[in-house]
Amino acid sequence: MIAEFGHFALVLALMTSLAQTVVPLVGAQKGWVDWMRVGTPAAGLSFVLTAISFAALTYSFVVSDFSVELVASNSHSLKPMLYKVSGVWGNHEGSLLLWVLILTLFGACVAWLGGNLPDGLKARTLAVQGAVGVAFMLFTIFTSNPFTRLEIPPLDGADLNPLLQDPGLAFHPPFLYLGYVGLSTAFSFAVAALIEGRVDAAWARWVRPWALSAWMFLTIGIALGSWWAYYELGWGGWWFWDPVENASFMPWLAAAALLHCAIVVEKRDTLKSWTILLAIVAFSLSLLGTFIVRSGLLTSVHAFASDPTRGVFILGILVVAVGGSLALFAYRANDLEPGGVFSVASRESALVLNNLLLSVSCGVVLLGTFMPIIREAWDGEMISVGPPFFNLVFTPFMLVLAAVLPIGAMLPWKRGKIGKTVRTLLPALIFAVSVLALVWAFETGRSTLAPVGMGLAAWLVAGSLWELAERAKLGRAGARETLRRLSRLPRADWGKAVAHAGLGILFVGVGGIEAWKQEDIAALAPGESLEVAGYSYRFDGVERVRGPNYFAERGLITVLDDGREIALLTPEKRFYPVAGMPTTEAGIDSGFFRDLYVVLGDRQGEDGDVWAVRGYVKPFANWLWFGAGIMSLGALLSLTDRRYRVGAVAKRKPVTAASPGAVPAE
Amino acid sequence: MTGGRRRLRRAALLALCAGLASPAPAVEPDEILDDPALEARARSLSEEIRCLVCRNESIDESNAELAKDLRLLVRERLTEGDSDDEVLAYLVDRYGEYVLLRPTFTAGNAALWLGGPALLLIGAAVSILYIRRARPEAAANAAPLSAEEQAKLEALLKDD
Repeated sequence: MIAEFGHFALVLALMTSLAQTVVPLVGAQKGWVDWMRVGTPAAGLSFVLTAISFAALTYSFVVSDFSVELVASNSHSLKPMLYKVSGVWGNHEGSLLLWVLILTLFGACVAWLGGNLPDGLKARTLAVQGAVGVAFMLFTIFTSNPFTRLEIPPLDGADLNPLLQDPGLAFHPPFLYLGYVGLSTAFSFAVAALIEGRVDAAWARWVRPWALSAWMFLTIGIALGSWWAYYELGWGGWWFWDPVENASFMPWLAAAALLHCAIVVEKRDTLKSWTILLAIVAFSLSLLGTFIVRSGLLTSVHAFASDPTRGVFILGILVVAVGGSLALFAYRANDLEPGGVFSVASRESALVLNNLLLSVSCGVVLLGTFMPIIREAWDGEMISVGPPFFNLVFTPFMLVLAAVLPIGAMLPWKRGKIGKTVRTLLPALIFAVSVLALVWAFETGRSTLAPVGMGLAAWLVAGSLWELAERAKLGRAGARETLRRLSRLPRADWGKAVAHAGLGILFVGVGGIEAWKQEDIAALAPGESLEVAGYSYRFDGVERVRGPNYFAERGLITVLDDGREIALLTPEKRFYPVAGMPTTEAGIDSGFFRDLYVVLGDRQGEDGDVWAVRGYVKPFANWLWFGAGIMSLGALLSLTDRRYRVGAVAKRKPVTAASPGAVPAE
Repeated sequence: MTGGRRRLRRAALLALCAGLASPAPAVEPDEILDDPALEARARSLSEEIRCLVCRNESIDESNAELAKDLRLLVRERLTEGDSDDEVLAYLVDRYGEYVLLRPTFTAGNAALWLGGPALLLIGAAVSILYIRRARPEAAANAAPLSAEEQAKLEALLKDD
């Protein structure tokens, strides 16, 4: 009954989304205000109905209703409650419903929070958002119905893939979807603006919070996935350049470019058509990601069971959304330019460079991801494009980006002098160069990437902080004046500094783990040790343990530093009998400067007590996720800036004038 | 007990073929070469070679049987004195280019290798044009023609 109720609610949501698409759009074209305003309640209703539908599915999982096919094939009565709930989106149908739920949530947010939007823009934005919703609801209902019943329910379920039974992965998909789908809002705004044929500073101000929040959620989602891979997959890799990882990374790069160039539109009323194009491209890349995961086109460790009908359906959505919006763009782009005037050395140019680097690096990832398919279609040759290729071609972009970032971020709008900005940043530059030299000297030329990476990391962090210090007149005014200035700085400026510093911290993690990781493998009997980078991993034996829905062999490993015990690690090899699958749990001692990481390998010989043990030392591993966290914190700070806060703009004069003077360019 | 272990191992292999990430990393203690320099070369070569039955895994990461065979093969070639390039060429001869995670620079892969630089050049050219056009000097030049200039232009056009 509950499942049927959920199914019915989803069909109703499809109907309200249809109304949300058609009525406001017609109203906006004809200028009928009452028709335009239908969008707001319709978007709210679509969300509430989808939420009811999602709640019904969640309920079926929570009470283990195995007469629902999806629950029977993805859950088990013994599974811990957290994974019963996360099992809802640990499969194709359920995750699609989550996707639709988030899509309607963003629609409802535009409807409820967008009180200050002009009627026409709001109506068209909601209409486009509704249209995307309609497409995905049709897709769910006709090809991937999560509420299908089984005629003969099984006694118990087939269990969720054990790899997914993990706290990190429980929350990875929701955040990723918040990011993917958040970009749909930027897309809807862009298409609405194209239909209207008008883009101005006010539009950029309205669209930027959505791009920013989408980017923030994507950052969190990708970081969670990477962290999970690090501790779960068993060799401490954190990024694999897998097609599905790339599918989430490309929208992230595009969203990063978008939120930067939206600033230029907002402050300087230029770069408009590029911003619109990026909004379209970013969401198209999200759709492409969905297509990759669900069509099985690119084989990947992440792919859901592939089904050609589904692939074709998503390809249809992709073609209509991308083709339609790009055609509209081609038709309208000429109406959008020209914009403000700025000189070569200016913040505007720096942001153009930022966009150039981010979008070309995104293009490189796209090319590498799809080249195996293109090549096979072209001349039948099978090639592989893997981590060695991506590391080689992607890294240079990030190095250049980091090298120019602090300077670009401090250049004044309209007209600046690079020499002057560099002189202001001299303390940060000196600090960065000393870090580089120090690291170089320390590691005696073992790798060139590490000193460069650490130097750039120091440059990013110090440059960001120094910019704040400069603006607060640190050392030039009294301490009280400095504090007053710091507290008066707009939140967006804090956000910018924090996010850029976060990137620097991320660089420390990447540089440290890639250049200095050490490992060793040995077959150990109890009492024997493995030496890695000065640490001694003593193997004390293996014990058997029983979890709620698995059995495990747990290794006991004591880590000694100079004979002093510093950690007891318990790596496990688990076996989930219902799914018939083994997993590994690494034993990790996380530290500020290094992670001690140990994995239990196979038993050597049939019944002996000698086991293969792999010990790793991963310098600065935590800085990776910490850096990503700081970056998202920066985005959050920016989001709380009063300029973007709902209502704050409404209380001031709604900025509709297209003149650059309407927004102070600092 | 032994049957259980074998089942477990078979399950691991099955999971791998089903496209799920393999648990536990690859290189086994008994594979390691005595010479640390040679072993280091073997490890870095392994990262460049695809496990042919896996999905996007190098033989360094995979614990499939084939990956183990390839790892042993790489070490065998290295001990016999092959250079890194010779080992890779040996593998490509047998398994085709598919085995390389970093495609070679050949005519067929030109688009892959040159695509990025080409995008960068085009993007840079467009950006430079855009920035130049937005310069105050350029914007001043683009001001509408004065009546005098207009007349001159028309005269020139008539001459043609």
